[in-house]
Amino acid sequence: MRPILIRGGRVIDPANGVDAAADVLLLEGRVTAVGPGLAREDAEVLDAAGCVVAPGLVDLHVHLREPGREDVETIATGARAAAAGGFTSVCAMPNTDPVTDNQAAVGFIVSQARKAGGARVYPIGAVSLGQKGEQLAEFGELVGAGAVAVSDDGRPVATAHLMRTALEYALTFGIPVIDHCEDVSLSAGGAMHEGLVSTRLGLKGIPRAAEDVIVARDLALAALTGGHVHLAHVSTAGAVAMIREAKARGVRVTAEATPHHLALTDEACAAYDTNAKMNPPLRESGDVAALRAGLADGTIDCIATDHAPHHYDAKEQEFDHAPFGVAGLETALGIAITELVDGGVLGLPALLRCLTSRPAEVAHLPAGTLTPGAPADVVVFDPAAEWTVDPARFFSKSRNTPFARRRLKGVVRWTIVGGGIVHRQGDTPGP
Amino acid sequence: MSGGRLGKDLLGLEHLSADDIRLILDTAEPFKEISERAIKKVPVLRGKTIVNLFFEPSTRTRISFEFAEKRLSADTVNVASAGSSVVKGETLVDTARNLEAMRIDMVVMRHGASGAARFLGERIESSVINAGDGKHEHPTQGLLDLLTIRDHRPIAGTKVCIVGDVLHSRVARSNIWGLLKLGAEVAVCGPQTLLPLGIGELGVRVFRRVEEAIEWADVLNVLRLQLERMQAGYVPSTREYYRVFGVTLERLERAPRDLIIMHPGPMNRGVEIDSRVADGPHAVILDQVTNGVAVRMAVLYLLAGGRPELAESAKGAPER
Repeated sequence: MRPILIRGGRVIDPANGVDAAADVLLLEGRVTAVGPGLAREDAEVLDAAGCVVAPGLVDLHVHLREPGREDVETIATGARAAAAGGFTSVCAMPNTDPVTDNQAAVGFIVSQARKAGGARVYPIGAVSLGQKGEQLAEFGELVGAGAVAVSDDGRPVATAHLMRTALEYALTFGIPVIDHCEDVSLSAGGAMHEGLVSTRLGLKGIPRAAEDVIVARDLALAALTGGHVHLAHVSTAGAVAMIREAKARGVRVTAEATPHHLALTDEACAAYDTNAKMNPPLRESGDVAALRAGLADGTIDCIATDHAPHHYDAKEQEFDHAPFGVAGLETALGIAITELVDGGVLGLPALLRCLTSRPAEVAHLPAGTLTPGAPADVVVFDPAAEWTVDPARFFSKSRNTPFARRRLKGVVRWTIVGGGIVHRQGDTPGP
Repeated sequence: MSGGRLGKDLLGLEHLSADDIRLILDTAEPFKEISERAIKKVPVLRGKTIVNLFFEPSTRTRISFEFAEKRLSADTVNVASAGSSVVKGETLVDTARNLEAMRIDMVVMRHGASGAARFLGERIESSVINAGDGKHEHPTQGLLDLLTIRDHRPIAGTKVCIVGDVLHSRVARSNIWGLLKLGAEVAVCGPQTLLPLGIGELGVRVFRRVEEAIEWADVLNVLRLQLERMQAGYVPSTREYYRVFGVTLERLERAPRDLIIMHPGPMNRGVEIDSRVADGPHAVILDQVTNGVAVRMAVLYLLAGGRPELAESAKGAPER
């Protein structure tokens, strides 16, 4: 493999507190050196003038739909979409068909990912067999086959007892239990956030309390067990406040927020746009402000996309009938820079921390840093260059985004995984 | 279809101006008389093709639209979901596009999903008239309610309270928008389980007890309590609902003034309304039904591009 020398960029490596003009040398799949004036005769030189050079982005929360719904995404297309978005590691949720609840299913994802190219794909195993909320899955075998966390995402861990058991049992394997916090008795039949907009539209609402009561439950159980709970796609001001308070008490909780919850409110649903239908739902401006403040003060550890591809036909329906979810991998960085950095929420180094080292730490991934010796997973992007979101040009098989036609800042120039370039600016999806 | 100044579709009252609503009500006035003739037919929509697409059961609204269409001489086809291609799995878009391929002018649609009428209107060229979409709006019901109130008193300044299951009611939403735009004072009353979050922010008062509503209001619009609501646990029983929220003669007799009593139907006698009230001298429930045909004639006429100032002459002499 030819060495790569990334020259003349602004290197931001939050794990090492680096933010400086420097070159980066990648050799035999590893980061070899970071510093000024590096040279290497046989290297492919990437001119990063005006660009940020950072560890490849890490996404703790994607749905790649394989096995089961290869018509809307595969591991290969999802990993390629991730690369186009600057991600070099993504964690695939287990709500596939069949569910990723055994070592063979985990092994299948690992083997498909190896063939895929693009970003690395780490499987997340199910908490319960079939995600039915009854019997605990075999965490030991899941981890042995390559799972980095467990979750019943798509739905909550069904009962407090199961959550307690999962948190305790996961301690043996040192993995987080990721929970999708939703009290389904409160959210049943809901299509969007419960508030003035849902009242006007006549859509059944999902109250904030549906999330908050499960967040409260999980925090109490994490405190009880000493287990590590990671709260997926936090959407409410109340959850942010509870997480902040729990962290102050030393509870082992980490949390993520999505670009769409950080950028949009329930007003995005006002024209019954099914691309704005997601779970948890888009909330109100006060919640967005709380999420942003939580991200800025570290209450929210990471940004995760909850990339949830859906078929055009599934979204081209009455709002009540359309599925929840947003394709997020290819817009995440642009939304984050445009809304959060330009919006004055946090600086680029802090933002990149939420997209690299923090998520890597949460799931103990060998990623998210440019420390010499680390895997050569790197993203080079121009933070000032603008582009327009055109879903027709996504590498993902799906087009369901509420950000279509949005003008965004932040163009990925190169994405490098294990020392090989997996995406270059201007690449287009295959035929 | 071109549409007149109302635009292509009638999806709800939220996005209509007060002038547009008045225009429809004013246009309905001359059409009232047609239904009183021996020969109830004028040639205003001759040659126009209208599909009545009902994905939910409906008697009153469907028949009212059909009479309105027939009295204006339109050619109409009724499609009910049972027995149609919908039960074979066809999507709403495909159903509509297939209808449109047969060159129709208007679709009148009742659908269980909020936003369905707008969804359809954005995807076909024909005019779409919302005959009720989920819990969102039922604009022609709102209009006929307005017309019925206006028959008795000026709408501006009138105090109207909507009693019952506002949460699940498209009738309530259309009434609230229409009444507020025309200057009425609006309140809702019902158990909090059946009132939507933030309803007060729309500019309506909220009464928790029906006695207070009766003391305040000039008009009560009493909503149907669907029996599914008991199963879903919103209300413990119909018996208790009647005892706490029922519009009874005893309660009305304590009112400081005579109230106009409205109900969009179908009624559950002895649940939300006392038969002695429903059949009493202050009920205008059947007037609402009569006005429904006129209002729907006006809507069809205006969306077909009919000029409001010509409505009187358009109805012409009875056909021989």
